[in-house]
Amino acid sequence: MDTESLQAHDNVHPLRQEEESKGDREKDSETYPLPLEDYKRYGRQMILDGFGLQGQVNLSHASIAVVGAGGLGCPVLQYLAAAGVGKLGIFDADTVDISNLQRQILHSEVTLGMPKALSAKEALLRINSRLNIEAVTEAITAPNALSLLRAYSLILDCTDNVPTRYLLSDVAVTLGVPLVSGAAQRLDGQLCVYNMVQGEGVRGPCYRCIFPTPPNPTTVGSCEELGVLGGVTGVIGSLQAVEAVKILTGMDQRPTMTIYNALSFPPFRSIRLRPRREACIACGKDATERRARERAEGLEVTLPAVDYVQFCGGPTPDWEREGQVSGQEGERMRAGDLKQLLDNGEQVNIIDVRNPTEFSIVHLPSSRNVPLKTLLASPSSYLSAHPTVVTCRLGNDSKIGADALRKALVEERVTDGLAGEEPKAAERTLEGKGRPAEGSGADVEGIGQAGAPLGERGPVMDLVGGLRAWSFQVDSTFPQY
Amino acid sequence: MESTISIKVEFSGGLELLFDNKRSHELALPAVVPLNNDTKKDVVVAEGQGKPADVAYLIAYLRDHLLQERAELFEEGGTVRPGILVLVNDTDWELEGEGEYALRDGDEIVFISTLHGG
Repeated sequence: MDTESLQAHDNVHPLRQEEESKGDREKDSETYPLPLEDYKRYGRQMILDGFGLQGQVNLSHASIAVVGAGGLGCPVLQYLAAAGVGKLGIFDADTVDISNLQRQILHSEVTLGMPKALSAKEALLRINSRLNIEAVTEAITAPNALSLLRAYSLILDCTDNVPTRYLLSDVAVTLGVPLVSGAAQRLDGQLCVYNMVQGEGVRGPCYRCIFPTPPNPTTVGSCEELGVLGGVTGVIGSLQAVEAVKILTGMDQRPTMTIYNALSFPPFRSIRLRPRREACIACGKDATERRARERAEGLEVTLPAVDYVQFCGGPTPDWEREGQVSGQEGERMRAGDLKQLLDNGEQVNIIDVRNPTEFSIVHLPSSRNVPLKTLLASPSSYLSAHPTVVTCRLGNDSKIGADALRKALVEERVTDGLAGEEPKAAERTLEGKGRPAEGSGADVEGIGQAGAPLGERGPVMDLVGGLRAWSFQVDSTFPQY
Repeated sequence: MESTISIKVEFSGGLELLFDNKRSHELALPAVVPLNNDTKKDVVVAEGQGKPADVAYLIAYLRDHLLQERAELFEEGGTVRPGILVLVNDTDWELEGEGEYALRDGDEIVFISTLHGG
């Protein structure tokens, strides 16, 4: 890997040409522990007390696995590459998307669509052509994790999902290496060093010691759903790089947890953590004895027998796909059908249940914003004599909103004593009134009449696939975000 | 003994969204509370039937009086749901007795939801 990177950059790096013209590298390495040019290159950090020449030598012999080359992984890799870490492993199975560029600073317009691990490797070699980089585009899973990560003396968790966080913690414990874990979302960041050596045979807690039970997947959001500020991933990623250097140079070896919020005062908080848990299934007594036994018998050490994805409540739902599944007949409307209704001049009560910030980015012209929480608090206030179409970004929250409105319709009927006199409002869908066939003109007379008598209610549906489907199927100029 | 204690509560990691999007809260809690953590304002604690207000009571109090979303997003079985870390004056609550930590005037309790994004 090293020679490959050297060859690839021989022609472009003046530093190397200069070095080669000087020749006689053999003599340098006999006399000094570092190549000659490294003294100048790394001098600014080598003159630090506690770092010194030995710190640089340690870094140049170190191997660090960075799992995730995204918002956290990019600044981590950038600093570790610049600092002269001997070997860097970049693990990421994802490819570069335009929405990554706001924070994933090693990737660029030029590398869109490229595997992130390779894009990051290219960027790092521009910083430091002598780096030894292993770029892995295979996803890290329980079966391959130990063999992929065994060669590394430190693991950095820069991932974005719960099962991988548990897996990496178990791998770190099994291999006996520290784990520097970062996370960021919205304006918040968290940093923690797990499985840290604290003295002879004593190690700090692992991720499982602190969080033995994973959170319910419905309480876990992603950067795509919740948003994240680029600088916040930069803050945490930079801190991870600092922790890694502190550990490898022996400057500091305490288990720490730090939390950050861009709006808090003060923005950082350092936390005193509990010790390792005796009953921990990864680093507790039983697990440690099991591994010692495996080693004594000359067997491969193994991870705890855990199905990581199931343990964390199953696979993360693909919300874009979930938003497109058709509901019960007549409960969901396709974007094309809504377009046709509007084109025919029908009055449609379009309710957008996203939060006001997202609504203000872009919305359908005739829609009004009723955040889901507000809608659920009093759904009956939002019923209409016209057909109601509930929408959101991908078509998931809108289903919840539409269900609540239909329930309110039924309850209203019962309260008004109208149940049984007419077909139930909730069943009076557009199908019942002659839903337009695909491509034909809409025939929805009688549905959206203004001034309908009290109790006259239009059907309630929601938009399949949300505004994203509207953009794909109806109006390609409608922004997606 | 004072009849109420003042504490500071802070939410982090997105938990503030469940509490009116407010990160920092100043609370006055009764110094002595029912053993069953009943947080109703008018509840009378009989002699010998109470305990000092502790973190378990605080969790019940937050759920009953300040939480604006579904209870299970914050509380589960008398404690915080998995994925929430509690700090007592910047120390992991496990080192302080978890729910049984008796609150003192001026304490700062922080509830952190773990983040997973990267």
